[in-house]
Amino acid sequence: MLILTCPCCGAECAETELAPGGEAHLKRFGPGSGDDEFTGYLFERKNPKGVHFERWRHAFGCGKWFHAARCTVTLEVFGTYTAQVSEPPQDILDAIRARRPGWEG
Amino acid sequence: MRRYSAFAVAREAARFHSGWERAWGNPEPKRHYEVIVIGGGGHGLATAYYLAKNHGITNVAVLEKGWLGGGNTGRNTTIIRSNYLQDASASIYELSRGLYEDLSQQLNFNIMFSPRGVMMLCQTEHEFRAMQRTAHANRLAGIKTEMVTPHKVKEICPILNIDGPRYPVLGGLWQPRGGTARHDAVAWGYARAASALGVDIIQKCEVTAIDRYGPGGRVSGVQTSKGAITCDKLCIVVAGHSGVLAEMAGFRLPIESMPLQALVSEPIKPCMDIVVMANTVHGYMSQSDKGEMVIGGGTDGYNAYTQRGSFQHIEETVRALCETFPIISRLKMLRQWGGIVDMTGDRSPIIGKTPVEGIFINCGWGTGGFKAIPGSGWCTAATVAKGTPDEVAGPFGIDRFRAGRMIDESVAAAVAH
Ligand SMILES: Cc1cc2nc3c(=O)[nH]c(=O)nc-3n(C[C@H](O)[C@H](O)[C@H](O)COP(=O)(O)OP(=O)(O)OC[C@H]3O[C@@H](n4cnc5c(N)ncnc54)[C@H](O)[C@@H]3O)c2cc1C
Ligand SMILES: [Zn+2]
Repeated sequence: MLILTCPCCGAECAETELAPGGEAHLKRFGPGSGDDEFTGYLFERKNPKGVHFERWRHAFGCGKWFHAARCTVTLEVFGTYTAQVSEPPQDILDAIRARRPGWEG
Repeated sequence: MRRYSAFAVAREAARFHSGWERAWGNPEPKRHYEVIVIGGGGHGLATAYYLAKNHGITNVAVLEKGWLGGGNTGRNTTIIRSNYLQDASASIYELSRGLYEDLSQQLNFNIMFSPRGVMMLCQTEHEFRAMQRTAHANRLAGIKTEMVTPHKVKEICPILNIDGPRYPVLGGLWQPRGGTARHDAVAWGYARAASALGVDIIQKCEVTAIDRYGPGGRVSGVQTSKGAITCDKLCIVVAGHSGVLAEMAGFRLPIESMPLQALVSEPIKPCMDIVVMANTVHGYMSQSDKGEMVIGGGTDGYNAYTQRGSFQHIEETVRALCETFPIISRLKMLRQWGGIVDMTGDRSPIIGKTPVEGIFINCGWGTGGFKAIPGSGWCTAATVAKGTPDEVAGPFGIDRFRAGRMIDESVAAAVAH
């Protein structure tokens, strides 16, 4: 069972309390963008074996969205952070590098 | 390859089974192959077999990082059916189901195809309507299925509780020639037959990098745990690991990898001679020849490579199945496991060329590709041999996402299997 701490309300949540929201930090392309960009944004996913950044929602709790950094192989959680950023903050990157020295992102 | 037969069994019995040969060769990799297939699951092995058999291309290697069928091919609940909604799906899955009919004879290997019938339950009004639509589509596509009444469902499968209240059975979509097969045997049968035609099957050989003639250039070969191997064409057939291999080749796929679980009970007396699919509650059940109830569940909601899955999903599945099959409520479960399934947004597979010249891909079978192994291998081989997709594979090209030409099976049953 995956356990994430909601950075919005501080609750420690079992995954049954949360709704997964897919890959984080996608750059949104809209009208005026090229087909390649739009296809990439809509469909193509990193799907990494290892460190992954995701969106989650505390669905059966405060209802807010947040981000999580997690390993898809071990399910280790490196940290959770606010939804209001477009890339992972430095402390999360440091936490990942402390656990995965060779990680290049 | 020495043929298997009743006579061979008698001959070997008479000499203490000293004359059986290896089922397939165990060669060291050559330096170069015309075609390298990455992934020794059912789809990779079938692709290699049909390359040799249908197209005369025998300078082929199948590279498998673990053992044959150790991925999803050896982890699935073996349901075979072709009652899909969309025309493109109907043709590939029915091609496949048809090939299964005499696959044991073709491969000279008993894959234990058992067309015992597949019943898809309608447990909500919406599901009932969706299944009716599928039944009409099947009729137009020439696939033999029919809608049956709750009474008939009960007659075909007496251990089913059709009354509800939570999950009443309002009807069923019945495919009498659907069924099951022995999953390992499908991998082994294709491996043995391919090996006999000259294909090199190389296990414990992990691909770690994909080489190209310069950036943006054509594929030149692969780096593996057994050294570098060059090739003219490369075919990636690695299911849950498709994203990892695509990254090595320098492109991305519209695929996410998630665990899907199954479990089996202790063996009991024969009580159910068909396959039942309860799609609303993600519960799939059949009884194995050993007597175990084989149960498949739903996928996890987030990416993972753990081959384990979250407990609440099997809990949901089993809870719902206990209402539909009260007889199983006291059964002990013996084993549980997971496989990593490669999910596309429209729940249809991807077959065809990739952005890199010389690299082909077969993936995206997600929760439902066991049934497709023969048909998929058949048309992937044609695609690799000719360099362009054949008629059946055509619609499944990766370009369909960009073009907005989805083959939407997720609306049809919401699930695969
Ligand atoms: C629990 C469960 C139940 C299912 N139930 C059904 C069902 O009832 N009916 C149905 O039709 N389908 C079902 N499926 C889906 C079906 O199992 C798959 O779609 C199908 O087996 C995929 O076959 P494959 O050959 O593409 O992949 P796999 O069998 O997974 O083979 C891929 C192979 O690639 C190898 N590989 C990966 N990376 C590398 C590398 N770098 N180098 C070399 N080799 C590599 C892996 O080791 C693996 O052996 C189920 C799946 C699961 C997990
Ligand atoms: Zn919260």
